[in-house]
Amino acid sequence: MSQASETLEQVFREEYGRIIATLIRLSGSFDLAEESLQEAFASAAANWESAGAPRNPGAWLTTVAHRKLLDSVRREKTKTEKQSELTYEAERLQTYDEPALPEEAVEYPDDRLRLIFTCCHPSLSREAQVSLTLRTLGGLTTTEIARAFIVPEPTLAQRLVRAKNKIRVARIPYEVPSLDLLSERLAAVRAVIYLIFNEGYSATSGDSLVRRDLCAEAIRLARVLCELLPSEAENLGLLALTLLQDSRREARINERDEIVTLEDQDRSRWDHNEIGEGLRLVEAALRLGRVGNYQLQAAIAAVHAEANTADETDWPQIVALYKELMRINSSPIVALNHAAAVAMSEGPEKGLSLIEDAGASGKLGHYYLFHASRADLFRRLNRLQEAATAYTRALSLATNKVEQQYIRKRLSEVTE
Amino acid sequence: MKFMLLIYHDEQRWNELKESERQEIYGEYRNLREQLQSRGEFLAGSQLEPSAAATSIRIRDDEELVTDGPFAETHEQLGGYFLIEAKDLDGAIAVAKQIPSARMGAIEVRRLLEGPAEATT
Repeated sequence: MSQASETLEQVFREEYGRIIATLIRLSGSFDLAEESLQEAFASAAANWESAGAPRNPGAWLTTVAHRKLLDSVRREKTKTEKQSELTYEAERLQTYDEPALPEEAVEYPDDRLRLIFTCCHPSLSREAQVSLTLRTLGGLTTTEIARAFIVPEPTLAQRLVRAKNKIRVARIPYEVPSLDLLSERLAAVRAVIYLIFNEGYSATSGDSLVRRDLCAEAIRLARVLCELLPSEAENLGLLALTLLQDSRREARINERDEIVTLEDQDRSRWDHNEIGEGLRLVEAALRLGRVGNYQLQAAIAAVHAEANTADETDWPQIVALYKELMRINSSPIVALNHAAAVAMSEGPEKGLSLIEDAGASGKLGHYYLFHASRADLFRRLNRLQEAATAYTRALSLATNKVEQQYIRKRLSEVTE
Repeated sequence: MKFMLLIYHDEQRWNELKESERQEIYGEYRNLREQLQSRGEFLAGSQLEPSAAATSIRIRDDEELVTDGPFAETHEQLGGYFLIEAKDLDGAIAVAKQIPSARMGAIEVRRLLEGPAEATT
């Protein structure tokens, strides 16, 4: 790869979200912004090869894309007089190129923040939120997103078109929400980012390289969110959580593509840079004094990260954190994890009785980890018959090969 | 821009309310309406007669079919509407959240199609 195209690829990844956010603010149109930026990248590919990459490639692209945008805006404006569909853009464009049209596209620091809130607006479906966020802020191509979520490319393209249409037609604002809405909307943004991370992390299926990219992208988005709203403790919590989970990536799957449990992971293969950053972030978040879901999950991950061996894990501390988490999150999955931690800290018998309590809600019956956790405790209590039954149930519910392999191995251990 | 807020509620539940509770809710509606009016954002709005009093009309192949009842039998029925002026969807959502029926039923927010097509009317 030549120097110029390498620079271009790097700039594409790093600057896409930033530039597109500015262009969307200026034009009020996702489509016009995307087209202009694509044209600018095409110009760059043609120019940089012969003339060499400019000193500030991001600024170069912004300026060129802005110029392309102005051209198409002028074209559209003539058309719009006859077209009702585009009046919204026309309204915004009119205020935009008067009185003095800036020759340089001015970037506002909160352009990307507005864009995040627009992409994650609650009136869009979760699927649309995720696709739009990856496409615009992440600059992922339709092909990449389709591959990551294992949907046909036309379906994904269609989903994006519909989402952009809805933004325009329903008048989803391109704004940072007012203070009374901010915390609710921020929670939605974090949920989208964490969902992107989990899609990449839980190796359900699909291309592992693409999945790694999803995790990296989610971490990058969480970082942007922290950079833009650093005093929101949960933003820091989210970034910390994704970093700490990601730090175990290399150790959690072995060379035969099997899951390695936390207990058995080779901790020297954990990413200690990510752990270091994650730990610092957890502390910074907790110091802000507004504890929340992501911070507590991150704190739990931090306790694991701080243990040099599985035996050194501070289980009582983890139990205490899960207790705290249960106070603000009544999900039966949290209760299940709490029970598993109690089993480690106070013995399998105590853990088992809590697992049965969590299962009494009836919501965990179809969750493979519920049965797998029960099975594990039966195994540790040497109640092998019950362990086998529970592993068999877990096996029938596990959706991916890696999970199934793990359970099958355990099952064979208790039935031997 | 104009938004239609369609108010859906469970008529049966509404009928089961005590008169005092209904009056309280009507009071809330009045307040909201006055608030919107004072800001010039109220365009129109009304409660509707119950869906049992609805009539649906369909014309197929030149045949007119007039039937008893609402367009669709659903758990919640269209019980009223507000037509308001709002800056954008978030502005309309903010108003919708203040409609008392949001607590029991649901408010559907729809923007009115605006543009040259409308200018002919």
